[in-house]
Amino acid sequence: MNAMKVTITVDEKPFEVDAHLNLLQACLDNGIYIPNLCYLEHRSPPQASCRLCFVEVGGVDQPVAACTVNVADQMVVRTDTPAVRRLQKSGLRLLLSVHHVDCKNCPANKKCALQDLARFLKVGLKPKHLEQHLKEPEIVDTHPFLTYYPNRCVLCGKCLQVCRSANGRAMLAFAQRGFDTVISFYGGAGSAATACDTCAACIDICPVAALLPK
Amino acid sequence: MSPDNTQARQQYDALCQAAEAKRAAFEQAPVPKIHIGMATCGIASGALDTRAAFEETLKERGIAAEIHSVGCHGHCYAEPVVIIDHPASGFPPVFYHEVTPGKARMLTKLFLEEGDPRFEHVFGATVENEMIPTVMEFSRFNQEKRIVMEKCGQIDPESIDEYIAAGGYAALVQTLGLAPDQIVATIKSSGLRGRGGAGFPTGAKWEMAAAVEADAKIVICNADEGDPGAYMDRTILESNPHQVLEGLAICAYAVGAGRAIVYVRSEYPLAVRTLRTALAQAREHGLLGAGVLGSPFDFEIDIFEGSGAFVCGEETGLVQSLEGQRGMPVHRPPYPVEQGLFGQPTVINNVKTLASIPPIVEKGADWFRSIGTENSPGTAIFSVVGDVVHAGLVEIPMGVTLRTLIFDICGGIPNQKAFKAVQIGGPSGGCLPEALLDTPIDFDSLTTAGAMMGSGGIVVMDADSCVVDVARYFLDFTQKESCGKCTFCRIGTRHLLDILERVTTGEGREADVGQLERLSADIKAGSLCGLGKTAANPVLTSLQYFPEDYQAHIEEKRCPGMMCRSLMTYYIDLDTCARGCDACVGVCPTEAIFTTSTRKKGVDQQLCVKCGECMVACPPEYDAVRKVSPPGLAPTIERPDTPRKPEKP
Repeated sequence: MNAMKVTITVDEKPFEVDAHLNLLQACLDNGIYIPNLCYLEHRSPPQASCRLCFVEVGGVDQPVAACTVNVADQMVVRTDTPAVRRLQKSGLRLLLSVHHVDCKNCPANKKCALQDLARFLKVGLKPKHLEQHLKEPEIVDTHPFLTYYPNRCVLCGKCLQVCRSANGRAMLAFAQRGFDTVISFYGGAGSAATACDTCAACIDICPVAALLPK
Repeated sequence: MSPDNTQARQQYDALCQAAEAKRAAFEQAPVPKIHIGMATCGIASGALDTRAAFEETLKERGIAAEIHSVGCHGHCYAEPVVIIDHPASGFPPVFYHEVTPGKARMLTKLFLEEGDPRFEHVFGATVENEMIPTVMEFSRFNQEKRIVMEKCGQIDPESIDEYIAAGGYAALVQTLGLAPDQIVATIKSSGLRGRGGAGFPTGAKWEMAAAVEADAKIVICNADEGDPGAYMDRTILESNPHQVLEGLAICAYAVGAGRAIVYVRSEYPLAVRTLRTALAQAREHGLLGAGVLGSPFDFEIDIFEGSGAFVCGEETGLVQSLEGQRGMPVHRPPYPVEQGLFGQPTVINNVKTLASIPPIVEKGADWFRSIGTENSPGTAIFSVVGDVVHAGLVEIPMGVTLRTLIFDICGGIPNQKAFKAVQIGGPSGGCLPEALLDTPIDFDSLTTAGAMMGSGGIVVMDADSCVVDVARYFLDFTQKESCGKCTFCRIGTRHLLDILERVTTGEGREADVGQLERLSADIKAGSLCGLGKTAANPVLTSLQYFPEDYQAHIEEKRCPGMMCRSLMTYYIDLDTCARGCDACVGVCPTEAIFTTSTRKKGVDQQLCVKCGECMVACPPEYDAVRKVSPPGLAPTIERPDTPRKPEKP
């Protein structure tokens, strides 16, 4: 069995982990928290879109996204260098700059991934140096069973992935480009959407309550 | 042991004989030949009308002549380009520029009928002779080195026979007589680097793909050219598609693939048409399909029309798009050469890379290495546009400096204006100042300077340009084209754009420069794909090389290039304005120009939309319209309360 295990050093502590794991999974399994939003366990390849799970790996100049790196024997990892924290804070501030921060009236309050990240990275929920940009409309109500809040959504894409797993194909999709990118339903009211009546996979997985049942 | 290509050679020789006989019949026909450049650039300048005028006039006058549509010569500044070969006149073939329908009618009558080539319209002869200087005496012609574009403008892109008669597909025949690893070795030792932008060694890519064990592999030609101002790939496909297809076939043979796809923008309808024609002809000639030229090599090519997303030019985005997904890049590794389209090993090469392959196979790696520089062998193709005299497509050996390219080859800046900057590499590239004009053009030197080879767009800017506004333009492009997947590109570029919009409209703040620098650095380090990582390059380079321009915008509310409309204004110099002249009044769309009490003109700043039409319309002998920044510097000219004279009834 030893052939399947490798030893990695994270923040100066050695760990023996499964050789097939990615670095983020290996760290999370061993109780080392690395900020992340878009990562779903046991799905390959990872989305690598939230750009928060940065770590420094020995021998690589720049911080790398931990979900995209496979563990290797004798890998030396640091999770809290200034370069790592700078990128993580910058990424989180960017996400918050387009987030409608209204925690008191938000169902995700106190179980919100953004709140957790902000606490962990010591970033204020209302970034000082970035202008706030919000999308129109505030609420998308076209789906028969779901309500979508574009200004809560962090576009992690987890909803698409779980929908694809639960229904064989995703009934949600990214739409638009650039800043205007949103999650969209294919016309919503079609017969395909009837499965949404009973399946709440996307609602359950959403880290910020951007998708809610009607 | 090398495979036996005797049968392929025999079949090819038969094709060659037929093609050469056809060419000889065309060349030896005792009638004049009119070669017209009919790629998109020529057509946009009116080549269709020019051809129609030739056809009509020839018919009217009963003159026998052959009209021969060819591709693009690369001389956009001279379009429509026509070469008239009229042996009976005793003159060599003559290159004419800007041939309007009127000129076409005149040349038909005077040259074709009466034998007078009209020297005042001649650009040059295309061959050495004792009567007319040749075009090769111009540096725009003689400093180029054409490998990829050698046959562009010479042959009809819709005739495979012309390509074959010019030596086309010989490299494929040669390839069929070599083992795949010999081809990979040749490309590797040629040092060819991918011409799509990043400059990854092509041989290494092929070697990786060849090494992967798989039931099926695929090669893709990336013709999703999307940089603003770049049109190299389009021109090559429209002018000589077979060279690209031949390159694809050689690549497929070398890596062990049986299938290829050309991913071309649907916004390139002419390129799609020439490609489809080329594929049909190649199939007819046995150069495609089961057993290419009777060899055991089976090869098919499909065309896929992209729907115009910039990000699909990124190879993983391109693969997603081919799979029917939204074009969003995915993390590499796995690289497409390991796991690409539908999980198959996939080699993705740019049009120019593939078109470089047949000459390398034919003439050898050493020949290719003898051109260009040590680390960037071969040639570079640029579409040089902007404030430059001889704009167009230029193929030069790598290592030529930017100064030579802009000032010697392309004729420098028009209208005696000063050089300001050159933007190279499109939205991923950078703005370089005069001090860096001696930078050699190769992958590494440009990257060191903060720009990028990119796919080959060069925009030259004169002193009346604003680099801050150019950075804003590119960020606007990047933001609109961002796939929206990763945080830094989706939101970060939006903030960069926001700040740049502020700066160019006079709302810039002291902290903005620092903010731009920090955000740009984070976008570079944090983004997922190559396009995101380089999205901030226009900002970073303009900040690095033109800090005083940012300062002027932010601190003085002044635009040095007088381009940012909020920071400049037009006024009329009363010393040179001519009494009674109304040239500017007529063109002003907002009736902002009024007559002063001295019968000269003034601009009502409240009404003026700063379109600049008055400046264009003002007769050069007065040249009275001035630009000024900041707007406060414009002298105040009061509109008289009542018109000077009552209007006549």
